[in-house]
Amino acid sequence: MLTLQFIPHADIERLESDKRVEKLLKVVKENKIILLEGKLRSQEEAMLIKRTMEEIDESFTGIEISPINIHRKEDEAFFRKVKGMLINLLLGDRQGLTIIGPATVVKEIKQDPDKIQLFTEEKAKRQKK
Amino acid sequence: MINVFKKFLNLFFKDLFKEKGQVKLGLYGPPNGGKTTLANKICKDWIGEEMGRTSKIAHETREVQIKEQITIKRDGKELTFSLVDTPGIATKIDYEEFIRAGMNETEAKTRAKEATKGVIDAIKWLDDMDCVIVVLDGTKDPYTQVNITIIGNLEARKIPVLLVANKVDLKKADIKHVRAAFPQYEVIGISAKTGEGVDAFYEKLFELRNKALKNKR
Repeated sequence: MLTLQFIPHADIERLESDKRVEKLLKVVKENKIILLEGKLRSQEEAMLIKRTMEEIDESFTGIEISPINIHRKEDEAFFRKVKGMLINLLLGDRQGLTIIGPATVVKEIKQDPDKIQLFTEEKAKRQKK
Repeated sequence: MINVFKKFLNLFFKDLFKEKGQVKLGLYGPPNGGKTTLANKICKDWIGEEMGRTSKIAHETREVQIKEQITIKRDGKELTFSLVDTPGIATKIDYEEFIRAGMNETEAKTRAKEATKGVIDAIKWLDDMDCVIVVLDGTKDPYTQVNITIIGNLEARKIPVLLVANKVDLKKADIKHVRAAFPQYEVIGISAKTGEGVDAFYEKLFELRNKALKNKR
């Protein structure tokens, strides 16, 4: 059984970077796939990789992570770009989504403009979600 | 004990660099992109010796390797730097993959343990780099989280970056794909194995060094 846990940005916005990373890693180590509202900062991504490496053992082999940008074609229009910049200014890291899952469960995350593919590991069998 | 000694050596080298004010050129990227093959090519071309061992099995480089005082001479110009070859950065390391690659269980577990430490060290060393070459496998999908994280962290630290799409000697290599993934960066196509594109790469190193020196001032 797969468990997806949604973490709203409000749950992590007041946390320091190291606490954010700890919280996310704790959930992933419970074999859950996180749907995080927003994105981590690049330094936090590096911190997450570093902490993940410290936790690796025979049962926990690491993580798969993929931020998802929500873009539409009409976003290319100038006024949309300006709107996007304003949203970015106001909401910061809250835009988009980030999927983080344990590598023992999530083999690969692929995204193209129309869909997100989560390849999961289940008894050596590949499944598309 | 060995780890304590390694930590001491790492700190010693970091301090040594700071004192001399040398330009430290780091090689970063995912495992098996060809960082050590490129490091060997640079070292062989300019100091006549290789830097590290390469292997088809990922995570062959599990410790930060440093070669000091490499001087490249071109058209009357000189460029001296210290080359820092780092272990490949990954988000997952599974010892069973090493077993599938032909290792026995003990070797595989040791390699996995050392590889995790290598990734941590590579990330720690980011703060000490003056400029970085990100070595990507030109035959693979460049849109990976590891690539994005490495480049994002260099950008956040304002460290000058040159992207290298390696393995252009292989049919599957697609430099356009790498360029499309990172349009804000210059991407040089090379084959560290055959030497293809390496001349243009050396030329670009001068520009990278100049940007690093500008940052240092």
